Amino acid sequence: MVEFSLPKNSTIGKGRTFPAAPGAKNVKPFRIYRWNPDDGANPVVDTYELDLDAIGPMVLDALIHIKNNVDTTLTFRRSCREGICGSCAMNIDGENTLACLKPIKDVKDAVSIYPLPHMPVVKDLVPDLNGAYAQLRSIEPWLKADTAPPPDSERRQSIEEREKLDGMWECILCFCCTTSCPSYWWNGDRYLGPATLLAAYRWIADSRDEHTGDRLDALEDPLKLYACRTIMNCTQTCPKGLNPAKAIARIKELQLERKV
Amino acid sequence: MNASHTPRIDVMRSQLARARGLGSAKTGVDHWWLERMSAVALVPLSGWFVLQVLRLAGAEQQDVVEWGGKPANASMLLALMVLTFYHMQLGLQVIIDDYVHGKAHLPASLLLKGAALLIGLFAVIAVLKLALAPSTKAGA
Repeated sequence: MVEFSLPKNSTIGKGRTFPAAPGAKNVKPFRIYRWNPDDGANPVVDTYELDLDAIGPMVLDALIHIKNNVDTTLTFRRSCREGICGSCAMNIDGENTLACLKPIKDVKDAVSIYPLPHMPVVKDLVPDLNGAYAQLRSIEPWLKADTAPPPDSERRQSIEEREKLDGMWECILCFCCTTSCPSYWWNGDRYLGPATLLAAYRWIADSRDEHTGDRLDALEDPLKLYACRTIMNCTQTCPKGLNPAKAIARIKELQLERKV
Repeated sequence: MNASHTPRIDVMRSQLARARGLGSAKTGVDHWWLERMSAVALVPLSGWFVLQVLRLAGAEQQDVVEWGGKPANASMLLALMVLTFYHMQLGLQVIIDDYVHGKAHLPASLLLKGAALLIGLFAVIAVLKLALAPSTKAGA
């Protein structure tokens, strides 16, 4: 059955508080989920009071400030700090987004920061995404064509054909959408989730791909695809402004279209 | 959902094998489409039914029997009953898929299908009884 409450070893306790330096004027508390696999303890929420005048504008700036100046044990993923690598995906102020694209001033009161929901936690803000990565690989997100490419050039597309990929190639695979989806929470072992389905449709819609029917076959399943209940959390949360729900709807339409 | 503190690996199957699972069931589009189409069909049918019930409110029994005995009304009622319970079964199956996992899934699905079939049959028989009842007017 579905879990309506957290398992005992996941209930969150109260953690430590790191006060801001005396004299700081523009102080905002950051409440951050902490869990260490090595100490055997339950997760806690630590509070870091930061002087906003001393740090950059984004939530990632605050996290980096904490790691550099307040608490070196805080663990999180980050790389490009400009919304293109997808590493710093986390749940900020109740919404999955990229810490590097989330302005601190968009959050009223305390900034609560948790790992992406409903995934196994590796440590602190680092989720285990191996299952989601394997699901992405299972839809074979690469060009499959039996016709040999022209010997002297690349496979060509018309402008119109290329435009069909807009809104999909921009996905950075941060899995904010997948981990915001209740269907993925309940059936994540079989439902592929919005990020993977967006990637699947990206190849279904690619004019150069010659395995469209095989791709539709592989997705036609009560749970792999049809566990999508059109909840639309994916589209609402996408930090890149993409629309995975629309891509999923297009896959369903194509599966219907080929029946008649 | 935290990984257990002392690592105990009980699944060594690769993540890719688990993601591929048993493969695609090659079904799902019909369930999805029929759920939507039955919902669309139920909009006019339900509207018609509500209007008829409002119109018949306070009527004598023989008026209702006469109304239900007309083939057009009986057909609409039958369509309404069949589609209502078919749509109910499709929709509740989705809820079972979402929330009932493991060994309980099959019995829950069978229970739903059986219940939907029986209640639907009951409704259909009731409509047929009304439709095929001897006219009380003739006897009056």
